[in-house]
Amino acid sequence: MSATQVIFLVTAGVTLGAAVMTVSARKMMHAALWLVLALTGIAVLFVLLQSSFFAVAQVLIYIGAIAILIIFSVMLTRRIVQEQYPSVNRFWWVAILLALMVFIGLAVTLSSWRGLYPDRQAVNEHPEDIAALGLALVDPAGFVIPFEVASLLLLAALVGAIFIAIERKGGRR
Amino acid sequence: MSFWADPYRFLLELLYGLLIGWGLPASWAQFVLFLIGAFALGTAALLLVVFLIWVERKVVARIQDRLGPNRVGPWGIFQTIADIGKIFTKEFITPVGADWLLYNLAPILSVGAVLMLWAVIPLTMTLYGVNLNVAVLYIIAVGELGEMAVILAGWGSNNKYAVLAAFRAVAQLISYEVPLVVTLLIPVMFAGSMGLNDIVQAQSVWFIFLAPMTALIFFIVSIAEVGRAPFDLVEAESELVSGFNIEYSGLKFGFFFVADFLHAFTIALLFATLFLGGWRGPGAAQYPMLGFVYLMIKTSVVYFIVILLRASLPRFRIDQMMNLNWKLLTPLSMAVLILTALLDKLIPSSQPFIRVIGMVVMNVIILLVLNEILKLVETRRPRPVVAPVVRPVARLPQTPSMQNESGTSL
Repeated sequence: MSATQVIFLVTAGVTLGAAVMTVSARKMMHAALWLVLALTGIAVLFVLLQSSFFAVAQVLIYIGAIAILIIFSVMLTRRIVQEQYPSVNRFWWVAILLALMVFIGLAVTLSSWRGLYPDRQAVNEHPEDIAALGLALVDPAGFVIPFEVASLLLLAALVGAIFIAIERKGGRR
Repeated sequence: MSFWADPYRFLLELLYGLLIGWGLPASWAQFVLFLIGAFALGTAALLLVVFLIWVERKVVARIQDRLGPNRVGPWGIFQTIADIGKIFTKEFITPVGADWLLYNLAPILSVGAVLMLWAVIPLTMTLYGVNLNVAVLYIIAVGELGEMAVILAGWGSNNKYAVLAAFRAVAQLISYEVPLVVTLLIPVMFAGSMGLNDIVQAQSVWFIFLAPMTALIFFIVSIAEVGRAPFDLVEAESELVSGFNIEYSGLKFGFFFVADFLHAFTIALLFATLFLGGWRGPGAAQYPMLGFVYLMIKTSVVYFIVILLRASLPRFRIDQMMNLNWKLLTPLSMAVLILTALLDKLIPSSQPFIRVIGMVVMNVIILLVLNEILKLVETRRPRPVVAPVVRPVARLPQTPSMQNESGTSL
């Protein structure tokens, strides 16, 4: 077994374990931190696929922005930090059913994928080209419409956040 | 390849050959080499801190007209080693109600986040941890791991002051990340690559001459990002009873301390790499080790300025610091980015002399315009009126008891 395979197995195990702990941890804060560990595991998997851009973007967006936001909202919610709540409500079987269906769907889709079989080809033959990614995002033949729509959405969210947070003059709330 | 031309490559090939000779598969040999390299780099960086703490204490002492450490060894140079000995003998305290794992994980993560920065910095032309093609993004991502350490420390120690300080610290770090990212884009734009070694190799003209305003903004923002004076609200002893690390003592506090000092040196190293040409210098391409000397000289100059600022500037208030970031540095860095990008397209890069002159002239114009705008804002700013206010006191002057007292005694 090569070193990469050992690292992959360890990382995959840690990621799956952390994902299970995320949904089963009793404290909200712990669940958020287990989520961080699971996302880190995904970043390591991207590194193993020699896709450093995606690994760094994973850390940057999911750990740096989203996880910190989740932790902030947990910390700023009163009492939720200390107290322990049951981690399931009465619809737990619906969640299990949905998760199972998604898993089966993914498994069926992946089993028909050529890359899963021994005569597989390298996913990433060329070293990744960030310039190509950047050009594709602003190319009219590429993804310029989704890119612009996403930036418009983010701008709207930004303006909305400022509107909610702004201190109005004259004491009108 | 001889030893003296490039000792690092020489040792690397020697070790690799040795491991292969022992019958290790190639992938494992590579892995072992990575482990050794990471261990050596981390240890070297941490040992450097021992020296840095002494340097900083000595320089700050001289600025404040003191002698500084002068008892242990010549010029007190072994003072830090004595301090380390003291810190090692202290008890490991975990406060009651603290989250054991997170409380102890935070200092380690804090040091780790700084050490991870060293992995991508090219120390010489051939000596670097990894030539990552997204190194600039990696630097920002690793910085966010440092924020995570602050949150964990604040929340894990079960202390409301620690949590408050952690909120404040993270708010500061997240806010200053915006101009940091924008200013980092400019060296990337000039070099056409996000790899730090490519950025160094592209600096036939140092980027500080092409983008002096950007270098200045990056310098200010990176000081704020490591939380040093005048931006050291992260550990404001006078306001937040020491900040997010209040519950830490002994070796665990030492971790945060080491991370702080190493971070200050690392931003100096990054500044030298991004704007001062890194390892570039006469003869550095033939003898890579010479590049290391150049890089260290440049870094020391920047580091000295960082210490100088720390010793001479008072601390910002939190609102002043946030205003500086959101109302000045963020719009300014974006304006500089847009103008630099436009001018860079207008002037062909085949004429480096005209390019430098044009860039410098544009930066001076930006500085002058900024100065005028700031003057205008300052004159129109509503002045806070200082009026005598009635403050509550323990006992009012004209209470019956006081009159009685004075009446009887006089």
